[in-house]
Amino acid sequence: MYDSGKIIVGLIIFLALVTFPFYNNIGKVNAKPELKIDTPEIQKLPEQERKCVETKEFMRGGHMQLLNDWRDSVVRNGNRVYTNSAHKTFNMSLQNECMRCHSNKKDFCDKCHNYMAVVPYCWDCHIAPKEKKL
Amino acid sequence: MKTLFPFFAVIVLVLLVFAGVNMAGMQFLFGVVIPYAALAVFLFGVLYRVVKWGSSPVPFHIPTTCGQQKSLPWIKQNKIENPSGSLGVIVRMALEVLVFRSLFRNLKTELKDGKVVYGLEKWLWMAGLAFHWSFLIILVRHLRFFAENVPPVIKLIESLDSFLQVGVPLFYITDAVILLAVTYLFFRRVYIPQIKYISLASDYFPLFLILGIAISGVLMRYFFKVHIVGVKQLAMGLVSLKPSIPEGIGVLFYIHLFLISVLFAYFPFSKLMHLGGVFLSPTRNLANNSREVRHINPWNYPVHVHTYEEYENDFRDKMKKAGLPVEKE
Repeated sequence: MYDSGKIIVGLIIFLALVTFPFYNNIGKVNAKPELKIDTPEIQKLPEQERKCVETKEFMRGGHMQLLNDWRDSVVRNGNRVYTNSAHKTFNMSLQNECMRCHSNKKDFCDKCHNYMAVVPYCWDCHIAPKEKKL
Repeated sequence: MKTLFPFFAVIVLVLLVFAGVNMAGMQFLFGVVIPYAALAVFLFGVLYRVVKWGSSPVPFHIPTTCGQQKSLPWIKQNKIENPSGSLGVIVRMALEVLVFRSLFRNLKTELKDGKVVYGLEKWLWMAGLAFHWSFLIILVRHLRFFAENVPPVIKLIESLDSFLQVGVPLFYITDAVILLAVTYLFFRRVYIPQIKYISLASDYFPLFLILGIAISGVLMRYFFKVHIVGVKQLAMGLVSLKPSIPEGIGVLFYIHLFLISVLFAYFPFSKLMHLGGVFLSPTRNLANNSREVRHINPWNYPVHVHTYEEYENDFRDKMKKAGLPVEKE
């Protein structure tokens, strides 16, 4: 090989870049985030009524869009009433409605957001609930 | 045919995953086996191609330049366009790799009133630059799926890319840029007759493939949600060599992953190898110092030389008799 010194250095840099995710992770334990939905407020509810505003599957993928729609509805139209797919009504409010049950931001919201490195800007304006120190 | 064949090839690939995952339940094949195989083909293929290029001799010193060569001290040298040392070559290569300097010089030639005229043609350069840079940013951004504690620099890139704060999940600027740029690069090939004439199936296939990857990614992020935490679990399993298939990820993700696997596996066999080739172009990576340093052709075989001294030794007597001057008596 001609100019093998330079070419091999280049190839080593290439390999180091491409395999970065591998040597950065091998041997590390990667635990999936476990959400806690056992807050006192949820415990108080009877078993059948422990349901979020929409189905679990919908909320998992679409909670951010739902919250965004709520914000637009409240801020732009002054409408605070949300009727879900089961014709039940809810008060459109992150702090007073969502966080009433999910009062454990650290063990609920932050778990997945930190895992996925997502930084939602909810709390730029809203006040995060105070959590009791364990 | 040149356009339709690659188009339907990508469609068939998509349908293949759809059938494999939705009907036959082959998540492990499409989620683990094929990505690993594709990465192996990519790595070994690229190494093989580069080593093969490195083993090819460069018989001539052939930098192409477009500036004043190093000459007399009172003639100003263009040190970047016509480098005479390593530093100049590094700057020249950096401009080439990072901002496509030579494509920036692209001209269009037209006949106007029977005369040949040259005009600026920057669209290809602009679209190429937009495409490559957004692809790079998207690639780097995806590292958030491959690290438990995402490095701050990746978070920074991600937050800059989404700083418009449009919609949720936040809209990425590069998503729009790459779609527009690839679409332009495709239409350019079918719209301009000369380009259409020289375009082959191997030019269209990567375009459709990358378009497919970008579209499936955009659909997944903004429209048809997949189980994103499951996606990261799968990705982390792959890179920590403990592959697992989380439940309920959604077929769209497997389509995205399979098209990327195809791109990786196809890479070393295709024009996409310009990733490595750009660094190994002798017209770019040589310093224009052919008047200072002799470039030895590696092909040169030892030539039997008969010097004048030897010649004179052989024929001295005869030369003297004929009255010819000799150097040694």
